[in-house]
Amino acid sequence: MTPLLEIKNLKTRFYTQDGVVRAVNDVSYTMDSGEILGVVGESGCGKSVHALSMMQLIPYPPGKITNGEVWLDGQDLLTLNEEEMQKVRGRDIAMIFQDPMTSLNPVFTIGFQITEALLLHNDMTKREAKDRAGELLELVGIPGAKDRLDDYPHQFSGGMRQRAMIAMGLSCEPKLLIADEPTTALDVTIQAQIIDLVKKLQEELGMAIMWITHDLGVVAELAHTINVMYAGSIIETGQIHNIYKETKHPYTIGLLGSLPRLDDAPGTELVSIPGLPPDLLALPEGCPFAARCEYRIEKCLVEKPPLEGIDGKDHSVACWRWEEIAGIGSK
Amino acid sequence: MKAEMKKLVEVRNLKKYFPGTEVSIFRAGNDVKAVDGVSFDIYEQETLGLVGETGCGKTTVGRTMLHLYQPTAGNIIFDGVDLNDLGERELRFARSKMQMIFQDPYASLNPRMTVGSIVGAPLDVHTDQSRTEKRERVQELLDIVGLNPDFVNRYPHEFSGGQRQRIGIARALALNPDFVVCDEPISSLDVSIQAQVVNLLEDLQKKLGLTYLFIAHDLSMVRHISDRMAVMYLGKIVELADRDEIFLNSLHPYTQALMSAVPVPDPDLAETKDRIILDGDIPNPSNPPLGCNFNTRCPVAIDICFKEEPEYREVKDNHWVACHLVK
Repeated sequence: MTPLLEIKNLKTRFYTQDGVVRAVNDVSYTMDSGEILGVVGESGCGKSVHALSMMQLIPYPPGKITNGEVWLDGQDLLTLNEEEMQKVRGRDIAMIFQDPMTSLNPVFTIGFQITEALLLHNDMTKREAKDRAGELLELVGIPGAKDRLDDYPHQFSGGMRQRAMIAMGLSCEPKLLIADEPTTALDVTIQAQIIDLVKKLQEELGMAIMWITHDLGVVAELAHTINVMYAGSIIETGQIHNIYKETKHPYTIGLLGSLPRLDDAPGTELVSIPGLPPDLLALPEGCPFAARCEYRIEKCLVEKPPLEGIDGKDHSVACWRWEEIAGIGSK
Repeated sequence: MKAEMKKLVEVRNLKKYFPGTEVSIFRAGNDVKAVDGVSFDIYEQETLGLVGETGCGKTTVGRTMLHLYQPTAGNIIFDGVDLNDLGERELRFARSKMQMIFQDPYASLNPRMTVGSIVGAPLDVHTDQSRTEKRERVQELLDIVGLNPDFVNRYPHEFSGGQRQRIGIARALALNPDFVVCDEPISSLDVSIQAQVVNLLEDLQKKLGLTYLFIAHDLSMVRHISDRMAVMYLGKIVELADRDEIFLNSLHPYTQALMSAVPVPDPDLAETKDRIILDGDIPNPSNPPLGCNFNTRCPVAIDICFKEEPEYREVKDNHWVACHLVK
């Protein structure tokens, strides 16, 4: 089966006064249709920028995609011009943003904002679009959906706004939905509602979802596969069980260790990763994680490890010493 | 075990209302009942975790406890002294024993002051140490929180989020306080940095014998650091117990839902876990529902919940809960 999405050697740079920020460095991976992919990493690791690059939403200047191909359904998105790209956005790929407070336009009604995408991409009358918008709001579980189409965003609570955003994202039945930290601004009980909703919708509608987050807990409940990113590169990728149970990369091991677990004995100290992520203006020559890694050897400082497949499994890791470390790491 | 431990802070029926926006010039709006009758004790050298969702009043509790907000009603008894009885000068002295670490390390440090003067500010106010003494104390503090003591002349923008939070911690420790209110000290930090700061706070507690009120919305982190935990909903404490008790035998339906909503970083557990998904949103605190304030979202509410407010009572040893359904 050909994959739905194939990204090859994507590189994004920001040319700033202080120098070149190497935000995305040689990212390559594939996604199948109907797959839920979790992209995990800390702030500044390039997880959002790589998704924006796919959609050609990087502001130029200062941002520029310097290399790479993004194949969606047999089409390289990076070769499309703005007009062609507009047809892809919203119809083939839709995006939900982190902050539902700021990503909805406060001066237009919710109904207007949902019908906008419908009218742009489909051959619909206003009446039909409005009916469809009502159905969509109902689908995402907003009570009294039809009556709320004429409400403005400030009349919705945070969780409801995020539901409305999801309704907008789904309006044209995209093949791929990119959710960029969609629950980070929400409370845990509301977050649980949204995760539950997205899972149900994915089962019903069957689109692929890319869920970008810094929270390893959220994707554990949701994703099929995980990409772990660090300083603009994917450092480990695999099926969800590989990542959580057979963790190979020292950064992923550290990240999982730094989360308190509900079955910890009292007084256990959290495993913290010393130091800070590297400055993207001055990325080191070798492995980007080397400076913070306790298993570092000479080679790590001079040569960047490639993302290597582990025999016979859908699990790859970018580390020179993963075979030696493997035994020590997984809890 | 708790019986022989000394109570450091006692909070009795604390209320803090903020005036609502006025409806017209003739009619004031309803008061926002941010904290509405909260009572608990904090024992010496323990960590009490205070959790709840946005707008439940947890930060207001912390600030009112230090009299940074004047309480609308209720008492805070710190080390045997009721803060209400103190004059301004005495209150200022009492405050040197109770300090606060703020949530946002970007907003809580003055960008135009050097690290040395930020950390030394409490010493300027409360002590008459000489300049060299202050400088030595500041360097010692920076060393304690794991920063290079030579950084005294740098400005906050030269530090990362985690390092700034360490500066905030150093400032809070400057006067050797007994009690520190940690108001979401880690929620603006990255995961790998959060663990560094939490480990530091735990170390300091052991070394300096500190008592913490740890306010957060991240339940797993609160469970990690706390001895006991209190859960707040809409201005009230709904449940308070030892941390293991509250995680294993939570009695209040809100606590149960909150616990089950915490994402677990383990796909096997996530699959088997029974999730309680609450309907709806938190009601407006200026217009809370009648009866039990959780009744709009409670999956098990019965008649009485809509009429009478449940009493907050000790149902088991050291396990307090406010729910009609708990016998």
